[in-house]
Amino acid sequence: MYVAVKGGEAAIANAHSLLADRRRGDRSVPALRLDQIVEQLALGVDRVMGEGSLYDRELAALAIVQARGDMIEAIFLVRAYRTTLPRFGYTKPIDTANMLVERRVSATYKDLPGGQLLGPTFDYTHRLLDPELAAGADVAEPLQRETEAQAMPRVSAILAREGLIEPDGDMPQDHVPGDITREPLEFPMARDIRLQALSRGDEGFLLALGYSTQRGYARNHPFVGEIRIGEVELELDVPELPFAVPLGTVRVTECQMVNQFKGSAKAPPQFTRGYGLVFGQSERKAMAMALCDRALRASELGEDVVAAAQDEEFVISHSDNVQATGFVEHLKLPHYVDFQAELDLVRRMRAEYDARENPVKVEEKREAAE
Amino acid sequence: MRGQEARDQAERKAAMATLAQSNGDDIVRLWNEAGLPSEAELLRGPETGLVTLRGRIGGGGAPFNVGEATVTRATVRLPSGQVGHCYALGRDKQKAKLAAIADALWQDPARRNEVETNLIAPLRSALTTAHERRRAETAATKVDFFTMVRGED
Repeated sequence: MYVAVKGGEAAIANAHSLLADRRRGDRSVPALRLDQIVEQLALGVDRVMGEGSLYDRELAALAIVQARGDMIEAIFLVRAYRTTLPRFGYTKPIDTANMLVERRVSATYKDLPGGQLLGPTFDYTHRLLDPELAAGADVAEPLQRETEAQAMPRVSAILAREGLIEPDGDMPQDHVPGDITREPLEFPMARDIRLQALSRGDEGFLLALGYSTQRGYARNHPFVGEIRIGEVELELDVPELPFAVPLGTVRVTECQMVNQFKGSAKAPPQFTRGYGLVFGQSERKAMAMALCDRALRASELGEDVVAAAQDEEFVISHSDNVQATGFVEHLKLPHYVDFQAELDLVRRMRAEYDARENPVKVEEKREAAE
Repeated sequence: MRGQEARDQAERKAAMATLAQSNGDDIVRLWNEAGLPSEAELLRGPETGLVTLRGRIGGGGAPFNVGEATVTRATVRLPSGQVGHCYALGRDKQKAKLAAIADALWQDPARRNEVETNLIAPLRSALTTAHERRRAETAATKVDFFTMVRGED
């Protein structure tokens, strides 16, 4: 017999108002403003934009507050918001060589054109907690240095002159870039679709997989050819204008990973590459993405697929933290009917087991019951 | 395309780029200071939607989709007939509407100079100053390598 059960409306409503109260916390502490989050928790905002796959700082900040700082919940909120808006089109591809660079480092060339620009980095800090920051001390304006504008070619372009590195990844002339927000995932997938999935993929998951490649699971000898962070201009082709309309600028992080490659039946010895491109200042994520992109090219380059990071279906199917949290967290929702059915099944199996293992005792029990 | 037409398009695009990159509050302030007319018929929007950002594999290879961004657009027609457009990142509807009116005014030869001088030029100058400051701050973090001289005596 199937019995529909309803209930819990009052409990749910009260739980949500309790959530609102706890989210606000002690009323004697000033409420956070979104601009404070945008300005002072900027890298958290960038992570929510990247994995939420929506570039909008204020919305990401709102999501962070609404989620009480739970980043995956915030990412979930942003993803849900996206679905409420119409789509105006696809931008022209951004040109990272033309970036207003805020940070640019290479681990492969000391003296590259444009130089090594450290920018606002945590690198070389001592990782000591700062009591002055806790006390809200004033912060000095940053130093400036006069500079003439200098071209900053991507490091891959420098290596390419020697012919020892593979070119930027190409697709067949008539290839239309795939879009995982429009079509379901299918394996094996083209590199462009994989990159879209990796760009919105969970930082922790991709970091762990990238780390696994360094520790010997699909080792591919990576060097950071270049990391660059900065603002790029966006343009959109629209039917009402005879030129691409400029939309403004976005900040992105790009990582060019360069990997030694001893050659295979499919490709000569050369440097191969993994690529990372992420919204905002998200260096660790861009590096992890580049490591995973390179590992996932194993089949294309004729390498044996032996490790998790090389397994496209495994990596891409599990890289989305909104899907992952949805499926894991759904376990806590009511499964009363499912569980009743399983309980019944286990009771029967247990009775059969007991009858087999201990026939006398079961017989006695039955008699006692009668 | 004739040379003059190409130049006009490039200038119009540059003005739209300046408006798109500028802060909505700055546009409103300069608009009021300059006393620019805001009378216009809204043909579309202002409305917010999404664009999908594209990058290139390896930086210069085949395009791929990176993620989406909010964009607000507006289309207006002036009483004098010019139609102006704006598409700008973000969700500022007031900015999109004013930028579309500015685009329409810009196309009116009698108004272009006024828009360029009183609105676009100060916005552009503020953006350039901000960019130069950012460039100089980044330049201060440039690594100057030097070689330690070994004592040979």
